[in-house]
Amino acid sequence: MAELNITERQSGDITILDLSGKVTIGEGSVALRNTIRRLLGEGKKKILLNLGQVGYVDSSGIGELVSSFSAVNRESGSLKLLNLTQKIQDLLAITKLLTVFDVYDSESEAVSNFS
Amino acid sequence: MIKEKKEINLPSRIESVETATQAAVDFASKSGFDADALFAIDMAMREVAANAVKHGNREDETKLVEITFENREEGFWITVRDFGEGFAVEEIPDPTNSENLLKASGRGILFMRSFMDEVEWSIHKEGGMIVKMLKRH
Repeated sequence: MAELNITERQSGDITILDLSGKVTIGEGSVALRNTIRRLLGEGKKKILLNLGQVGYVDSSGIGELVSSFSAVNRESGSLKLLNLTQKIQDLLAITKLLTVFDVYDSESEAVSNFS
Repeated sequence: MIKEKKEINLPSRIESVETATQAAVDFASKSGFDADALFAIDMAMREVAANAVKHGNREDETKLVEITFENREEGFWITVRDFGEGFAVEEIPDPTNSENLLKASGRGILFMRSFMDEVEWSIHKEGGMIVKMLKRH
């Protein structure tokens, strides 16, 4: 089984990626990178990452979230995070990235905050 | 005093990061650490192993990553040696500085320091980096 499973769905022009598994060095980080690149290539620039089922993220995975955020911003898009587990929230606090990402606990609230 | 010790040598490939992490958690769990401590050990071991494989040995599979686990009075020691060129830890930029926040890498050392009680770096006299980390009981 893949380290990271990514399921894609649409809510209007917003693409929601439901992630489950691990975003860690190697396969998990690459899977996320490839999915974001593909979406940007398809012109999908409003992306919501649902991390509720992600049990584990390492520094490589955090780096991939940052790279995704930057890549989407470069295309004048927007990437937001949904349903952070306590552990991921702690990692974003340690790295001071909670102030960088737009983070939501409610999908409807997140969706309504895309411009 | 060493109560228990284990040594493993792994090839420098990404898959070894998972192998090393699992071995560390297995060893520590037998030493009575709780779930939060095991998570911390997992996080730190993953980072130190990834650094040794990627940045130390540059994924050259002919170079080993040498890992020692020791259960001592004061806690669980992890020692990792690579065979790379080494680096000066004080020269690694602080990833929490605002100018570094959006960099894709450079957070591994921060995680090691955050999740372990002590972390020290040294250069082996025959070359390569040695990282020693302690998780107290």
